[in-house]
Amino acid sequence: MTPDEILQGLYDQTLVGNAPAVLEMTNEALQMGMDPQTLLFDALIPSLEEVGARFERGDFFVPEMLIAGRAMSGAMEVLRPLLAETGVQTIGKFVMGTVKGDVHDIGKNLVNIMLEGAGFEVIDLGVQVAPEKFVAAINQHQPDIVGFSAFLTTTMPMFKANMNALQKAGIRDQVIVMVGGAPVTQEYADAVGADGYASDASATVRKAKELIQRRRSLTPA
Amino acid sequence: MTYETVLRSATKEVVIGHDRPFCLIGERINPTGRKIFQEQLRNGDLSAIERDVAAQVAGGADVLDVNMGVPLTDEADLLSRAIKLVQERTDLPICIDSSVIEALEAGLAAYQGRALVNSITAEDDRMEAVLPLVKKYDAAVIALPNDADEIPMESDKRLELVKKIVEVATKEYGIAIENILIDPLAMPIGADSSYVQTTLTTIRRIRDEFGLNMTCGASNVSFGMPGRHVLGAAFLPIAMAAGLTSAIMDTRTPEIVEAVKAADLLLGHDEWGSAWIAAHRAKLAAT
Repeated sequence: MTPDEILQGLYDQTLVGNAPAVLEMTNEALQMGMDPQTLLFDALIPSLEEVGARFERGDFFVPEMLIAGRAMSGAMEVLRPLLAETGVQTIGKFVMGTVKGDVHDIGKNLVNIMLEGAGFEVIDLGVQVAPEKFVAAINQHQPDIVGFSAFLTTTMPMFKANMNALQKAGIRDQVIVMVGGAPVTQEYADAVGADGYASDASATVRKAKELIQRRRSLTPA
Repeated sequence: MTYETVLRSATKEVVIGHDRPFCLIGERINPTGRKIFQEQLRNGDLSAIERDVAAQVAGGADVLDVNMGVPLTDEADLLSRAIKLVQERTDLPICIDSSVIEALEAGLAAYQGRALVNSITAEDDRMEAVLPLVKKYDAAVIALPNDADEIPMESDKRLELVKKIVEVATKEYGIAIENILIDPLAMPIGADSSYVQTTLTTIRRIRDEFGLNMTCGASNVSFGMPGRHVLGAAFLPIAMAAGLTSAIMDTRTPEIVEAVKAADLLLGHDEWGSAWIAAHRAKLAAT
């Protein structure tokens, strides 16, 4: 295969969620001496963007998004260490979790896929994440953004509890806070003092990039 | 042996049981994700509730789930007013749906009859907070077999948590075992092709090992998939055959309601097909 064929193949097979083919082509590309960054930015990320666009249009459904995400993750396991070696900076680091009392994870997982698909490093804390777990993860991973997900009106108040825990731990200003989930609104996000809200996975990616950019432009290098 | 759960309004009794027609719990009296409805409720306008109640009753609901989870409001006050209003408009028993303890208590205090409380989990703090209310107001309760750590993905672990819930509720709080309904946790098939199998195994085992009634959020199964109504209409009869005795669902989808009624007949819960035939005649008369 030529490098162009590899890139096209990676794009196509990620789009249909063929994890074994994506992994095989990734390894083949590296053996051929292709740049990991090229694979990521010219094939995997554009493919996941297309997956997200189709999902948003209603042309793609949850299982298709999940298997595309899985295909990309398989490739990223190989690429991530190489990218780190070459000193490529990720767009940003995102700590994500569903709040305590809430076990819904599909929406959050879709957002994770789109974030990873856009080049973010995502640390997923899972579901039922207590405020102190968020605090510990922020201290450990030093992310740019922490995301709180809630699927129930009854668990949304945990956003505020999490904010209070961050405040108490003295790390509120170190990290951008984003909130989301089916019942969450911009108004509610404002009320709990979050920095950002997005209504779906693609919007989360756009908002996350925008918030990081704004913060980096404000922080003197 | 299996148990029967009796729910009551002031004037009507609904019995949920393994040898009885399936119990449809209408779920739409819920402002989640409905911006205009939320705004109305915030302003004290409960008129949309009447419309939702009428629609769920017309669709064939046996019980009505009432949820007033509007962020940034006094949910206790709202829920208690909503319950009074719903009880003025219909004689169906109510499933009081909140995880705010004060709201549950206010709802139970306002309710006339034996309500169904939605819901507890196997977490100690949830049981400690909710079960005394269930006992005090002689209610029935829906219990989800998950704990603070996870939603177990194996039926063994779910059954272990069912056992824990039953023991705590009956022994520590004196709640009659027939007033515990288990939610076997219906998960989206789109997220994992084995999820429904796990749910069905859980349902069978809860029936065979505990004889308890069950309910679940039926629309969860089709989340993120096309053809949601067809999936719902296929899922419920399969689950009913395994032992599911009620479901929380939007009764405005006739495909699903009719599939349930057909399954009632086929499973021998509609003697001589009288309900099935009566529904057919009612339909003819309406056209």
